[in-house]
Amino acid sequence: MVSLLTRGFQIRPLFLHSSPSFTKRYGILHCTTKSSESQMVTQEKPRPHTKVLTQNRNEPLDKLWKNYEPIIGIETHVQLSTMTKAFCGCPYNYGSQPNTNICPVCMGLPGSLPVLNSKVIEFAVKLGLALNCKISLNSKFDRKQYFYPDLPKGYQISQFDIPIATGGHVDLDLPVEVGGGHRRFGITRVHMEEDAGKLLHSDNGTHSRVDLNRAGVPLLEIVSEPDMRSGIEAAEYGAELQRLVRYLGVSNGNMQEGSLRCDVNVSVRPVGQSNFGTKVEIKNLNSFSAINRAIDYELSRQVHLHSQGQADSIVQETRLWEEGTQKTVTMRKKEGLSDYRYFPEPDLPEVVLTEDYIDNVRDSLPELPEMKRRRYEKMGLSMQDVLFLANDVTVAEFFDASLAKGADVKLAANWIMGDIAAYMKNEKVLITEIKLTPDELAELIASIKSGTISGKIGKEILFELIAKGGKVKELIKDKNLIQIVDSAEIEQMIDKVLSENPKQVEQYRRGKTKLQGFFAGQVMKESKGKANPGVLNKILEQKLNAKD
Amino acid sequence: MISTVQHQRVLLLQRHPCFLFHPNPLSHLFPKSLHTSETLTQPPHERPPSSPSSTIVSSSSLPTSQILSIRHSLISRQLSAVEIAESYLTRIRLTNPRIRSFLHVSEESVLKEAEETDRKIQRNEELGPLAGVLIGVKDNICTVDMPSTAGSRILEGYRPPFDATAVRRARKCGGIVVGKTNLDEFGMGSTTEGSAFQVTANPWDESRVPGGSSGGSAAAVSARQCVVSLGTDTGGSVRQPASFCGVVGLKPTHGRVSRYGLVAYASSLDVIGCFGSSVADAGILLHAISGHDRLDATSSKQEVSDFTSQFTSTNFFESKPLKGLKVGVIRETLEDGVDRTVVSSIRAAVSHLEELGCSVAEVSLPSFSLGLPAYYILASSESSSNLSRYDGIRYGNRVAADELGFLYGDSRATDLAMRSK
Repeated sequence: MVSLLTRGFQIRPLFLHSSPSFTKRYGILHCTTKSSESQMVTQEKPRPHTKVLTQNRNEPLDKLWKNYEPIIGIETHVQLSTMTKAFCGCPYNYGSQPNTNICPVCMGLPGSLPVLNSKVIEFAVKLGLALNCKISLNSKFDRKQYFYPDLPKGYQISQFDIPIATGGHVDLDLPVEVGGGHRRFGITRVHMEEDAGKLLHSDNGTHSRVDLNRAGVPLLEIVSEPDMRSGIEAAEYGAELQRLVRYLGVSNGNMQEGSLRCDVNVSVRPVGQSNFGTKVEIKNLNSFSAINRAIDYELSRQVHLHSQGQADSIVQETRLWEEGTQKTVTMRKKEGLSDYRYFPEPDLPEVVLTEDYIDNVRDSLPELPEMKRRRYEKMGLSMQDVLFLANDVTVAEFFDASLAKGADVKLAANWIMGDIAAYMKNEKVLITEIKLTPDELAELIASIKSGTISGKIGKEILFELIAKGGKVKELIKDKNLIQIVDSAEIEQMIDKVLSENPKQVEQYRRGKTKLQGFFAGQVMKESKGKANPGVLNKILEQKLNAKD
Repeated sequence: MISTVQHQRVLLLQRHPCFLFHPNPLSHLFPKSLHTSETLTQPPHERPPSSPSSTIVSSSSLPTSQILSIRHSLISRQLSAVEIAESYLTRIRLTNPRIRSFLHVSEESVLKEAEETDRKIQRNEELGPLAGVLIGVKDNICTVDMPSTAGSRILEGYRPPFDATAVRRARKCGGIVVGKTNLDEFGMGSTTEGSAFQVTANPWDESRVPGGSSGGSAAAVSARQCVVSLGTDTGGSVRQPASFCGVVGLKPTHGRVSRYGLVAYASSLDVIGCFGSSVADAGILLHAISGHDRLDATSSKQEVSDFTSQFTSTNFFESKPLKGLKVGVIRETLEDGVDRTVVSSIRAAVSHLEELGCSVAEVSLPSFSLGLPAYYILASSESSSNLSRYDGIRYGNRVAADELGFLYGDSRATDLAMRSK
């Protein structure tokens, strides 16, 4: 589950011509605009308890928001987890000693030539198909030229005018906590390129060092349509991309490692205006919550300037998000588009794909998050459950495996979201690391359902199964945990308890009916938790009332 | 490089189109002992050609091939590889001060490799087709044990950590790289005067240029400083100096020879080519270095046929060895604006081809005039891109500076010649 550190539910109320569901205050997710850029279906879930607003906005500003429409687009770079780099045979291991994974090709030594790693194409087609894009049967590489010490050849091999995939979309569900809702965001293009090296700056600023380990690592750049309308939507989009690349196995999508990097472009325009406002790029976003907060801050900043009549002071520039001060600050002014002097890469032949190849890749795609979510929904799970289970591919796999062994859907979901998730959180382990297997979970659920063991016992042995593993059937046998359902046996125990506690019986007679729970507890203890609660309470009640 | 400046061509005698005649321009410089190599160029015995050249021990059917002569001498134990190498090294020592075709000569490694070749002969081991052959390599082709400067100060002292594929293959065939030859900086030029280090003289007339950009390689073969040499051709840089120096220069089709290890000038146009004192030698060298290379994505996967076995002796003109081959002559290359002597050379070549059995027809190539503008656009943009990497940061000379922009600017200003900049 994406843990969004939302400081509150942000409203972006947008004006429709007449919007009966529009209220100024809390609880409404923003409605669709008249722009047809995105097809969105809003679910309005009034949430009167949700906190709203953050420290960087105040009441008067709140009134301004309704006049402006945020336009947000995101450029994402995904580092592919191929065995070797894009154009040479070097491996890439995050965290290696500097300049240990290099060769003449990725160093750009004179005379070296790039040779394409075919896995890059496969991963690009996979991602393109998962994003519902059209795959170009003929694409090519281009050189993007600029000077920088971390760019060994003085140019980056990329794709300019004919990218490998264009015109797709991604569907996602917003988290229940922020109001839920289904969204579709457009994808303009996906293209292949190579990463640059890293610069390590000395502390005193006298010099910088170049580490070329990362130079030549394959990247996929995903450019979205400017369809997002809030920080949350943008953050969820980023999270969905992360989910997708992990589902597909093309990348580990770790923002901390730099295998998933997002730059956002933010602008606002007065509602009703068709021209876009001036676009500002924000970099240095290291987490999804940072994306959320940075966008909200920037939108505030821009709306504020607009409202003061200073819309002109919004210039097209690149700003950095500062975690410390929670602000965006100017990094450098973007003087129009840089001249990258693109031309076709003469050292690499054209990329020609056949329909067969694309079909093969399509057939190899796993069930994607969106499909999983819809499938879980159909099974009758609530949206909250659906999102929890489908968001992490390993959790979904565990869940699906349990169902395959016959586990009841709701019960399996509850166990996973409840006790198992709690254990994982406490012990800081992943679902792939716990000793409980999906088979055994199914077995456990079946045992409880059939009455073999009680729910309480089930919970107890669950803990052992998670921590130490083992088989449910064996544990039940070894520890003699089978539920006692025999009335005679239970009656015996009840009699014993009642006779051992005459005082409480007396109190019960006199009206303290709550003591039934006490007796039940004692019988449970006597039975070592194995007594069937239903039978127990039925007989106990009989006994207690009969003596009257 | 297509020359934009007209140089007085050295018209070498009336060069008989066949290659029996070996003018030896520097004979007056050679002490007696070096005449052994002259004996290698004696006219043949009258014998029919036998099987493919690689199995010929007696080279008599291809008398004009130095490579085969050397092979014959080695196998018949008439000469040792060390003796051959020493004679060439001596000639280099004597002639290089005046011709300056070599930027770097590796005497030690040459003798070591020659000794190794001799050991192989002792053990009766299989010899590669280039055994004992001394090869000059143009300095923009990477060699792991010798500097590769591409004729520029920005790479002065740079030693690549790998051999170019062409060099590797030549070495694998037994070839001995004797040294690196001079060139116009990065291959840009047509006189070799564009080298940052020295100017090479034409062995035929030291006051004249050897052509370019592979002037050093051409002059080296012409002056018999080495048997064959590797050059590079982007816009004529093997063919033109070959003509200027009176040697055979062969430019293969782009993709025939791997470009891995060739310091890039214009990637779509660059090729590695061969110089030799005879067509056979140039051909044998080409065969040794040709073929698909997985390190060069633009190298052709087409099979390399054993064309060296197709070489026929000149004695067999009567048999019309090229019968059935159709050759076209481009009309636009013979029209107005082309120098009269050039036209007559072409026509002489045409009649020679007809003598050999070809049917020659004139064809029109209306797009011919677009060739030069296309060349200039491609060559300029690709070379400017390919030279972006010379910033002094990872290798080569660097001029220290406080600001990045100045570091780039100063290093490149100081060490790149005008043309490159």
